[in-house]
Amino acid sequence: MRFGFNFILGALLTVLVILAGIFAPWIAPFDPVLNADLMNAELPPDATFWFGTDAQGRDVFTRILFGAQISLTVGIVSQVINSIIGCTLGMTAGYWGGWWDDLVNGLTNVMLAIPSLIFALAVMAVLGPGLPSLLIALGLTNWSWTCRIARSSTLSLKSQGYVQAAQTLGYGDLRIMFTQILPNMMGPILVMATLGMGSAVLSEAALSFLGLGVQPPFPSWGSMLTDARQLIRTAPWVAVFPGLAIFLSVLGFNLLGDGLRDRLDPHMRTRTP
Amino acid sequence: MTAPLLDIKELKLDVSAGRSLLPILKGVSFQIMPGEAYGLVGESGSGKSVTSLAVMGLLKRPLRVSGGEVVFKGQNLLALPKREMRRLRGNRVAMIFQEPMTALNPLSTVGRQIAEMFVLHQGKDWGEAMKLAVDALASVRVPNPDRRATNYPHQMSGGLRQRVMIAMALACNPDLLIADEPTTALDVTVQAEVLRLIKELCAARGTAVLFISHDLGVIASVCQRVGVMYAGCLVEENDTALLFSDPRHEYTRGLLGALPRLGSRSLHGRQRLVDIDSIIADRSKLTETRFIAPRRDEGGKP
Repeated sequence: MRFGFNFILGALLTVLVILAGIFAPWIAPFDPVLNADLMNAELPPDATFWFGTDAQGRDVFTRILFGAQISLTVGIVSQVINSIIGCTLGMTAGYWGGWWDDLVNGLTNVMLAIPSLIFALAVMAVLGPGLPSLLIALGLTNWSWTCRIARSSTLSLKSQGYVQAAQTLGYGDLRIMFTQILPNMMGPILVMATLGMGSAVLSEAALSFLGLGVQPPFPSWGSMLTDARQLIRTAPWVAVFPGLAIFLSVLGFNLLGDGLRDRLDPHMRTRTP
Repeated sequence: MTAPLLDIKELKLDVSAGRSLLPILKGVSFQIMPGEAYGLVGESGSGKSVTSLAVMGLLKRPLRVSGGEVVFKGQNLLALPKREMRRLRGNRVAMIFQEPMTALNPLSTVGRQIAEMFVLHQGKDWGEAMKLAVDALASVRVPNPDRRATNYPHQMSGGLRQRVMIAMALACNPDLLIADEPTTALDVTVQAEVLRLIKELCAARGTAVLFISHDLGVIASVCQRVGVMYAGCLVEENDTALLFSDPRHEYTRGLLGALPRLGSRSLHGRQRLVDIDSIIADRSKLTETRFIAPRRDEGGKP
């Protein structure tokens, strides 16, 4: 099996973010919240503070490591929620058809018509700020794409011989969906989820930037950017490094998702380098 | 005289095309005795497969049953609730398909797929079901059944996959096996093996077979009785030997006449293979009495 350069780069970046998140408590040189020391505020990057310090004198490198935990949690949990909602609705709609299909299609179109960030904002407004409501908000916003993919995959799988054979062998509808259809459409769903992780990280950053996401003093890349807003002229490193972290992790998720699609989608297979 | 296992009475199927109803089956009746092998022949579109789907209760819109009964062991299947029908499918009535290449789930081992039948219909646990699946593979004469049970469908040849399908269909010892052109996709030597397998297994278990094919040779080697279908009607029904020696209906004669024969040359060189005008008849132009009339039996222009 050959892997493209993009796929390897994406996998490396993703693994880097995952490792950073998992091992943050051990590799971080400082405490992300408690080492505030105004004597060290706004120091440029040096040997002690690799990425410099912010307005409260906290080490930016440490906070970025801990921020990776938040971003990963948001990316993974929101995509799991998305995939469960999207697959359930899409698969049942495609399989049963009829009024249920019409209903799900209508709902999907409505969801696609609402800008997802605005919808997430509305959900956050109801649930209040904080990480749990952030996860719910992002989990409820982006399932429509997954739902579409799941529905169309189901429609094409439904006419496959083995699904029809399963019907003649007396399988129930749910058993057919779980044993015959779901495993066979995991490829595109996985790709969607990986690509969706990137946009979820971005949305988290945006919501935290607006002050709705993770509450200070806990570090999230988005809220770090908010804090760095006033310092961009005097201490640009406070803004640059969280920005870079967001950029690289989203790039990593997207490249990984693209690479997975090249691997898993038979139509794309001829085009792999 | 024993009661028939499957008694199809005046089965009518329609498809609604726009405002008009297009009849697909126009009152088909036949009976299958327990343990009997019954063949249905006919050209593409004559209604063989929809008949079998109607028995399985798997007709999809826009097809629907508009009349008649399908009585299986004294129960009218058409009136049976969905849940009951599902319990019957694969358990008492099983089916094998034309395409062994696509009829197995590519992401699951064949052993697991066969075992699922025992779990589903007999409530066995997975460990026991896997052992039974290996036995089932052995019974359809798959070599190395232990090892083959852990194979995925793409690791098997067409003939082996069709054997796996047969093993799945016969797993629960059904009373009726519907075989919808089970050998069409296989080459001739494999076809002969699979046919022998179906014949022997069903004879040993007393399973009745509804064998659907457009291949008269295949039908002749498997079935005791044959029904000939044309344009949604059962035009002739007889014992296999009698049908071949003394075809009564015009269409049956045409069908038999269209068989290619080795060395069939006339005095002046090559002879044209007789066909029954190669286009399927337009249903709307067929009349009740002479529905074969719009077609000629020697490929001439109507």
